[in-house]
Amino acid sequence: MTATAHNLDQPKLQAAFYDLNEHDHPEGGSTMLGFWIYLMSDCLIFAMLFAAYGVLGGSLAAGPGPKDLFDLPLVALNTAMLLFSSITYGFAMLAMEKGNKGGTQAWLLVTALFGAAFLFIELYEFSHLIHEGATPMRSGFLTAFFSLVGTHGLHVTFGMIWLFTLVVQVAKKGLIPANKRRLMCLSLFWHFLDVIWIGVFTFVYLMGML
Amino acid sequence: MGTEHAHPNPQAHDHHDEHGASHGSMREYVVGFLLSVVLTAIPFWLVMSGAIPDKQTTALVIMAFAVVQIVVHMIYFLHMNTKSENGWTVMALIFTIVLVIITLSGSLWVMFHLNTNMMPMSVHDMGQLP
Repeated sequence: MTATAHNLDQPKLQAAFYDLNEHDHPEGGSTMLGFWIYLMSDCLIFAMLFAAYGVLGGSLAAGPGPKDLFDLPLVALNTAMLLFSSITYGFAMLAMEKGNKGGTQAWLLVTALFGAAFLFIELYEFSHLIHEGATPMRSGFLTAFFSLVGTHGLHVTFGMIWLFTLVVQVAKKGLIPANKRRLMCLSLFWHFLDVIWIGVFTFVYLMGML
Repeated sequence: MGTEHAHPNPQAHDHHDEHGASHGSMREYVVGFLLSVVLTAIPFWLVMSGAIPDKQTTALVIMAFAVVQIVVHMIYFLHMNTKSENGWTVMALIFTIVLVIITLSGSLWVMFHLNTNMMPMSVHDMGQLP
């Protein structure tokens, strides 16, 4: 800006509400709050799916019900996998905090292993159900069941993709502030999925077997 | 209002991020994990063994366990506190919980009454539909 132009603009710009010297916004300074708000909106998606399950859960259309289909020991194993992956992600965050790059990557890969085990067991359960003829098309109950549990599984799948991306990012660029921020976002996402799973195993599996 | 992010909690500066989002400690994660294991195991055991004969009671008890476990996860794994982001995360959470309660109770309430109050349709009536 030239000096003359600056002088011309001066009277107008002196109004008190123009914040000319806008303070510095550090890069990524609002990422964590923004990501939290995304998670809250994701929470609403799951609330809708839980509501649909609550409404349709009893509509069996003379098809198989929860008691014919669910296998609680398998669900308990699945829950354990997700719980283990939660604490190993916590260990990855602690290693990150210490600046331990190798430890962070190792714990992330352990988390991925538990996540993969969870997905494998879930897909095994789904294939077993479909093989028995309990497809999403069979009844309202099964549509709501597959939508709810499937959406959760899809979130875990995308969390896994994100996790592997971050392992590569950390390998290439190290624990730079941007990568730490990404790891913290994934941490929130991963623990959030575990919170949703508490709702799933309680309302779908355990209450279905009562 | 200062241009710097004011921090009433000096401990938040122990970590080098300016927003007071803590990553927790080993102790915190282990305590959270052990509590989660206990809070998961008890409802599974209650349902699998049928320890409480009354189904309604069992349902209420396992729902209570789920709520407690969600709070444990929020505190020990998500490190929720009223200080982070100057309280905006908690505000967003409270708003979300209100919406979730309205959607869940509203849907169940409306649909339950719809199901019980609608006149049952016979096969003959269905044939008359346009």
